[in-house]
Amino acid sequence: MINTTVSLNRGTYKQPNIFGYYGNYGGAYIPEMLHRNVEELKARYLEIMYEPAFQQEFQDLLRDYVGRPTPLFYAKRLSEQYKTRIYLKREDLNHTGAHKINNAIGQVLLAQRLGKKRIIAETGAGQHGVATATVCALMGLECIVYMGIKDIERQAPNVARMKMLGATVVPAESGSQTLKDATNEAIRDWINNPENTHYIIGSVVGPHPYPDMVARFQSVISEETRKQLKEHTGSELPDYVMACVGGGSNAAGAFYHFLDELSVKLVAVEAAGHGVNSGMSAATTQLGKPGVLHGSKSLVMQTADGQVVEPHSISAGLDYPGIGPLHAHLFESGRGIFLSATDDEALEAAFELSKLEGIIPALETSHALAALKQMTFKPTDTVVICLSGRGDKDLATYMKSI
Amino acid sequence: MSRIKELFSKKASRVLNVYCTAGYPQLESTLTIMRALQSAGADIIELGMPYSDPLADGPVIQASGLHALENGMTIAVLFEQLRNFRSSFTPSVQGTPLEGDAGGDEAISIPVILMGYMNPVLQYGFEKFCADAAAVGIDGLILPDLPQHEFETEYGAIIKEYGLDFIFLVTPETSDARIKELDALSSGFLYAVSSSSTTGKDKDFGAVEAYLQKLQGLHLTNPVLVGFGIKDKQTFDAACRHANGAIIGTAYIKALEGAEDIKVATKAFLNGIV
Ligand SMILES: Cc1ncc(COP(=O)(O)O)c(C=O)c1O
Repeated sequence: MINTTVSLNRGTYKQPNIFGYYGNYGGAYIPEMLHRNVEELKARYLEIMYEPAFQQEFQDLLRDYVGRPTPLFYAKRLSEQYKTRIYLKREDLNHTGAHKINNAIGQVLLAQRLGKKRIIAETGAGQHGVATATVCALMGLECIVYMGIKDIERQAPNVARMKMLGATVVPAESGSQTLKDATNEAIRDWINNPENTHYIIGSVVGPHPYPDMVARFQSVISEETRKQLKEHTGSELPDYVMACVGGGSNAAGAFYHFLDELSVKLVAVEAAGHGVNSGMSAATTQLGKPGVLHGSKSLVMQTADGQVVEPHSISAGLDYPGIGPLHAHLFESGRGIFLSATDDEALEAAFELSKLEGIIPALETSHALAALKQMTFKPTDTVVICLSGRGDKDLATYMKSI
Repeated sequence: MSRIKELFSKKASRVLNVYCTAGYPQLESTLTIMRALQSAGADIIELGMPYSDPLADGPVIQASGLHALENGMTIAVLFEQLRNFRSSFTPSVQGTPLEGDAGGDEAISIPVILMGYMNPVLQYGFEKFCADAAAVGIDGLILPDLPQHEFETEYGAIIKEYGLDFIFLVTPETSDARIKELDALSSGFLYAVSSSSTTGKDKDFGAVEAYLQKLQGLHLTNPVLVGFGIKDKQTFDAACRHANGAIIGTAYIKALEGAEDIKVATKAFLNGIV
């Protein structure tokens, strides 16, 4: 049984309490140097986001610049393969090729209203970096993107795109040189530049209010899905929503308007790397313990001594040793079903979708697709998969397996 | 009275707190450094517990932490090293430790504070951490990513129960009202971060002066020590003009880098300052 009696002071699935907690996870574990900026965001994000003029500008940009609404596509041949009814929410068709731009636009508009002129971001796969660089170009803002050296190598096309868009890409050389360390460097930059800078976090991680703010900007995914499903099937509610989870922003957006619809099963798919127990994995809910990373309490992959470990995934966007506090709560409460897919399974799923539907998905997204094999569906089930991004950036990796 | 309070009751100005990373440069350096700091004239020792993701630290302290982790430092190892640091096993004459090398293993009597990040402490077990820290003779804690709300609702009571002081940070961006709140929650002293930065950044010290003067005017209950950017006599003197003392970290870690003799290097470094 799923426990639905979430008391007010523990937050609900959709909304954290005033201290930023979803159940046991969340909060704002930040050094004092960040307090003023985070406090200002906390005090103002809801008021700014729901201002009519903001909403107007946000919705216009989503429609005219990003190309929303993105289609909900009935994947006939994939459905036949899995003997059920599968719909793909086509976030890959967004401008810049992933869901990340929904959040980047929202946060840039917010930063402008906070009077910030300099934008910093971290990126793993480079999709969030590209999205942020794109919106900064559009708005004429300075943009600095931190990216792990390892990711700069494996996501070269996105590095080139960011540079072409006028952003400065700063290699993160510390620690494991991937997304975790890029995030550390971005936070350190913000500590050193508190006055003119806004930090656009790319996922539902970080100190409160980031997880809630990013989830709200991404919630357009499930808002549209409900309407589109109604047109396709006559019902707004699917039986399953599936999404890959790195930090968890595409999943948070795809789940958001279904969180309180308990008939809808929410399936989050993490990256198992070489296998959950191989020592080369990024399956945080399976391997993590409660801890504090990047300003919030959540599940964190760490040693017995509390040192954060280097995860592994073939996909740079899922190569992260933490998970957003909302997802830690969905996991702990049983509201979410957490699965994982290995590097090889993800690769196989990428080729399967390419051949069956003519869509080359991002490596991150391929993890969600790979989990189809682990599910047992009824022929009458409606399954929505968040197709979080397109695979162009991953061609070098895909070519190796052709 | 806590050891820190006692210190400030005797010495209200030019209090020097020196930061070092436990287990750096060698795993076994911790006690050698602490003894060297005490005999060279430090008033307080701030022992950093290394962490893989130290958000508030610049490259120098980050690197020392990484080095210490590679050396095998953990909280458990640190408490083991600290088990007897308050007592002396070496010959002494009527309770006074012998001078020079003969007194090399003297007990450490000055206040010692542990500085670190929440994650390793939570993993160790917060209450067990406080209990073990108090048991070995630690006086206070600095945990920069322990927020006020969680301190007030959950952790502060545990820290108090074990008689440890807890030191909050304030910055030039912290409002006066909040400075007063954090001062009221702190005990031992208040840590005034000199400018908005990670550790080890060189920033213009001129602007700091006005900020410290403002702090003086707030009539805080705790003494104030200034940290971040204090690296030599000049910056130490400047900090001490409007505060009870200062904290040196990055500059001392740099002085230890490649030092042949920790004692000599420490003495040389502090001689230039106190
Ligand atoms: C296409 C795509 N999907 C998913 C992710 C993972 O992020 P999140 O878990 O926040 O959706 C990324 C991150 O870079 C991405 O580029």
